[in-house]
Amino acid sequence: MLRKLLIGTALATTFAFSAHAEDVKEVQMLHWWTSGGEAAALNVLKGDLAKEGYAWKDVPVAGGGGDAAMTALKAMVAAGNYPTASQMLGYTVLDYAAAGVMGDLTETAKKEGWDKSVPAALQKFSVYDGKWVAAPVNVHSVNWLWINKAVMDKIGGTEPKTFDDFIALLDKAKAAGVIPLALGGQNWQEATMFDSVVLSTGGPEFYKKAFNDLDDASLKSDTMKKSFDNLAKLVTYVDPNFSGRDWNLATAMVIKGDALVQVMGDWAKGEFNAAKKTPGTDFLCYRFPGTEGSVVYNSDMFGMFNVPDDRKAAQVALATATLSKSFQSAFNVVKGSVPARTDVPDTDFDACGKKGIADLKAANERGTLFGSLAQGYGAPPAVANAYKDVVSKFVHGQIKTSDEAVTELVKAIDDAK
Amino acid sequence: MSSVATTQIKLTPERSRPSVRSRLQDALPKLVLAPSFAITIVFVYGFILWTIYLSFTNSKTFPSYVITGSRAYQRLWGWTFDTDPPSSWYTSITNMGIFGFLYIAICLALGLFLAILLDQKIRGEGVLRPIYLYPMALSFIVTGVAWKWFLDPGLGLEQTLHQWGWTSFHFDWIKNKDFVIYTVVIAGVWQASGFIMAMFLAGLRGIDGEIMKAAQIDGATTFQLYRRIVIPLLRPIFLSAFIVLAHLAIKSYDLVVALTSGGPGGSAWLPSNFMYEYTFKRNEMAVGSASAVIMLMTIVAIIVPYLYSELREKPR
Amino acid sequence: MSAVATPARQASSGISSKTLNRVVIYGLLALFALFYLMPLFVMLVTSFKTMDEIQNGNMLSLPHAPTFAPWIKAWSEVCSGLTCVGMKGYFWNSIKMVVPAVLISTLLGALNGYVLTKWRFRGHTLVFAMMLFACFIPFQSVLLPMATILGSLGRFGVTLQNATGFNFGLGNSTVNLVFVHVVYGLGFTTLFFRNYYEAFPTELIKAAQVDGASFFQIFRRIMLPNSLPIIVVTVIYQFTNIWNDFLFASAYAGSGDVMPMTVALNNVVNTSTGVVEYNVNMAAAMIAALPTLIVYIVAGRYFVRGLMAGAVKG
Repeated sequence: MLRKLLIGTALATTFAFSAHAEDVKEVQMLHWWTSGGEAAALNVLKGDLAKEGYAWKDVPVAGGGGDAAMTALKAMVAAGNYPTASQMLGYTVLDYAAAGVMGDLTETAKKEGWDKSVPAALQKFSVYDGKWVAAPVNVHSVNWLWINKAVMDKIGGTEPKTFDDFIALLDKAKAAGVIPLALGGQNWQEATMFDSVVLSTGGPEFYKKAFNDLDDASLKSDTMKKSFDNLAKLVTYVDPNFSGRDWNLATAMVIKGDALVQVMGDWAKGEFNAAKKTPGTDFLCYRFPGTEGSVVYNSDMFGMFNVPDDRKAAQVALATATLSKSFQSAFNVVKGSVPARTDVPDTDFDACGKKGIADLKAANERGTLFGSLAQGYGAPPAVANAYKDVVSKFVHGQIKTSDEAVTELVKAIDDAK
Repeated sequence: MSSVATTQIKLTPERSRPSVRSRLQDALPKLVLAPSFAITIVFVYGFILWTIYLSFTNSKTFPSYVITGSRAYQRLWGWTFDTDPPSSWYTSITNMGIFGFLYIAICLALGLFLAILLDQKIRGEGVLRPIYLYPMALSFIVTGVAWKWFLDPGLGLEQTLHQWGWTSFHFDWIKNKDFVIYTVVIAGVWQASGFIMAMFLAGLRGIDGEIMKAAQIDGATTFQLYRRIVIPLLRPIFLSAFIVLAHLAIKSYDLVVALTSGGPGGSAWLPSNFMYEYTFKRNEMAVGSASAVIMLMTIVAIIVPYLYSELREKPR
Repeated sequence: MSAVATPARQASSGISSKTLNRVVIYGLLALFALFYLMPLFVMLVTSFKTMDEIQNGNMLSLPHAPTFAPWIKAWSEVCSGLTCVGMKGYFWNSIKMVVPAVLISTLLGALNGYVLTKWRFRGHTLVFAMMLFACFIPFQSVLLPMATILGSLGRFGVTLQNATGFNFGLGNSTVNLVFVHVVYGLGFTTLFFRNYYEAFPTELIKAAQVDGASFFQIFRRIMLPNSLPIIVVTVIYQFTNIWNDFLFASAYAGSGDVMPMTVALNNVVNTSTGVVEYNVNMAAAMIAALPTLIVYIVAGRYFVRGLMAGAVKG
C-alpha cells in the first residue's frame, strides 16, 4: 500500500525532473549569505562565473550564523552528494579535510600565487596537509570600536588609546546621560568583546598563548583574571536591558545616538552604511584601545569538495574567481570586511576599510594576526563554545568573581579539548 | 494483556471451512498495519539503536564506529551535579522539568477550557477557531521576534504601559536568568494551546449526543455533566494531547533560540538545545547522542506507566 | 473552571441568567482571542512600517505612514540566497511535498487506528505503544542515518534509471521529503485515529460484519464518514508540521529549484552579519503561513458533530 502510494506520488508529482541531470558546467554552492546585502555581495561572484560559462546552483541555508548550513552540509556529505563548494569556517574546513572529503586545489594555488598573497594565519585553515582545500573570501576583524561621532563631540571625547582612557571616555558618556556601551547580551557578542579585552589587557603574546595555543599557564594566569575584571568593568556601562539583544539592535543604538560606542566586528559597518552614515563624519571606527597593531580575525572560506572529475573544472573556476583581486575588492566593499589577500588595491574602500586593509597587512607582516576564539578561529568548536559559555555566565552573574571565572574557564577548556 | 477483549472483538469468518480467500481476509488487518510497523521498526528503533551505539564511541564531527566506552555518560553525569555555576546540562534538565510541567499542564487546561466554551453553540466559532489556531501556522523564527519585542522591557509591553502612565509596571522576565524560562512557557502555550483546543473540540464532537441528552434529562447540571460524563469520555483525547505536548516540549528548540537566544548566560536552554549544540555545533556527537539517549530513557520512564494505565483498560 | 460552573446555574433560573451566561462565555472567548492575537498585532503593524519608524518608534504603536512596500517586496522581490523572486515562488515546492505527505500519513493513520481498535490481535497494545513512542525520537539524531539511507537509495535510483529508464522517484528530493514526513508522522496519525476510534461503538462494526461487509467496506462506509473531526485535527497537525519543518527540508532539499517555503523564509529572515529588515520579514512570515491558515479555515468547517453515531443507536 505504502509502496504503491509512494511510487504513485513519485510518478504523479515529480517524475518530470530527474535528480541526476549531471551538468558539468555548474557550480553547486552551499552558503548562508542569504539575505539583502550579503546575497548581493555573493551575486558578484555568480556574475563572474556566468561570464566564463558556469551556471550557479544556489543552495542557501541560513540560520544560527551558519549552524543550519553546517548541519545540512553534514547530511549532504552523509548522503554522498557533495556540493562543489560550501561556505565554511576555520576548524570545520580542517575537520572535513581530515575526513578525506575535500578536494585539492594546490595546482591552481601555485598558478595563482595564493601562497604569497594570502596571509599565513589564514593558510593554517585553507591548507591541509600541504594541500589547498579552501579559498578564503574575506577577513573580518573583531577588535573594533564603533562610535557615534555626534555623541563623541557632545561629550568632548577623543580616541581612547588605552583601556583606562576607554573607561574615562565611558564615564564621560555616562555623566552626559547617554548609554556609554551598547552591548547585545548574547554569548557570542560578549565573547567577541572579551577577545578584544584579553588582547588589550595581556598584549599580543598573551592573547596568542591563551586563546590560540590554549596554554594552561596563561589561561590560569593573573592576566586572565585581570581581563575578567576589565570585562566586569565594561559591563557596568551597559544599559539594564542588554540581555538577549541582537547585535544589530545594539548597533542601531549607536547609530541613533542613544549609545556612544559598540565593540563589534566590522560587519557592524554594514548597518551604518544601510542607515546612510559616513565614516569620519557620522561615525568613527577605532581599534579597541590597547590593541592597535594587532588584528583579531575571522574569515569566511569556500571549502572545495572532492567532486567527480567532470565537475572539477567548474570548481577550479569558482576558486580562481573567488580569489581574484577584482572579486575580492568588489565583494568586501559591500560586505564591510577586507580582502583575504594582501595585494588588493584599497581604492574602492571607505576610510574604515582602508584602515582595515592596512592593519591586516601590517599585522600579517608583524605576526600579530590572531584567530578570534569567540568566532571559532582560535580553537575547535568544542573549546570555542565552552569559552563562550564561561564568558556569558560571568557577564550574567552565574559566575560571580573573576577568580571563579578563571577556574571555570580552565576547567571548561580542559574538558572540551 | 487484553486477550479477553481480543477474542470478544475478533471477527471470525462465518463459515468454518478455511479457504485461501478467507484466510487472506483474516490476515488482512495485520497486512494493512504491517508496512507502518515495519517502517517504524527500521527508521525509529533502528536509528535509536544507532544513537545508543554512537553514545559509546568517541564520535566528534562525524560518526565514528569504534566503541570507546562510557565517557560521554560520565561527563553528563558529572555535569548533572555542577550547580554552581550551573552547567549547561544541569540548566537544561532543570528547565525541562519546569517548562515541561507548566507547558503541558497549562496547554491541557486551557485547551479543554476553550474547547468546552466553543462547544456551547457559539456564533462566530468559525472566526474564533482560526484565531486560536493560527500561532501554530507561523514560523517561530519570526513570531519569536514579535514575542521578544513584546516582552522586552525597553521595547514592548512595559514601555508602552509606562507611556500610558502606569510607570510602576515592571516586567523583565525575559532579561532575568531566573525567570526567562517562564517566558518560554508563555510563548509555548500561546503557540500550542490552540491545537490542543482543536483536539478536545474534535473529541467533544465525537461524543454521542444521546448520552449528553440522557444525562440532561436525568437533571444533571452542566458542570456535573462535564465532570462526570464528558471529561471521562475524553480520556483517549487526553492521551493524544499529552503525547503531542510532551513531544513538542522535548523538541522545543527554535522556541528557545528565537525568543531568548539561549537566555542570559545560557539560562533558557532545554535538552533539545543541548542535544543540537553538542551534536552539530560543538562537534561532540557522542555527548549529543548520550544526551538523546538519556532523554529517551526519561520519556520511557514517564510514558510507560501512563500508557500502561491507559491501555490496559478494556474497551467499552 | 469557574466559567464551566456558571452555566450550571442556568438550568434552574430564568432567561436573564441565561443571557448573563452567554455574555460571560463570549467575554472569555474574546479575552483569549486578544491574547492569541497580540503577537499578530505586533507583526502586522511592523509589516506596514518603514525601517526608520521601526528603529525609532514604539514596537506596539500603529504605523504613522502605513506602507505596502514591505509586503510587495516580500511577495515578489525578496532574496532567498541569490534568487530574488520573493516568497511567491516557493508555494508550489512546498505544496507538492506537503499534500502527498499529509494524505498518505493520514490515510495510513486512519487504517492503523481502525485495525488497532476494531480488528485487534494478540499484541496490539505493544504494537500501538511502539508506534506511539516513535513520536519522541529527536529528529537531530535521525538526520544523518536517514541521509545515508536516502543517499544510497538515490544511487540505486541512478542504477535503475540506467537499467530501466525509470528511477521511481528514488533520489528525488521531494519524494525523499514525502517519505521522511510520512515515516515520522505515522506515530501521530495512528495515535489520533486510534484514540478517536476507541470511543467508536464496536457494535456497529459487528452489525456490518454480519451483513457481509468487508474490511475495507466497513472502513470506507462506516469509519471514514464518522471521522470528520479527527481527520480535521490530523490534517491540521500534519500540514502544519510538514509545512513548517526546517531541519529535514534544509538538509535534504536545500537547493533553489526544490526548496520548500520554510527554508526560503529562513533564508529571508536569517542573516548573520547583514542588515535585518524586520518589516519585510514579518510580511514574509505571514505570506509563508497563508496556505496553513487556509487549511485551518477550510478544514475547520468540518468540525461537525458525528452524524451517524446517534442515528444508529436510536
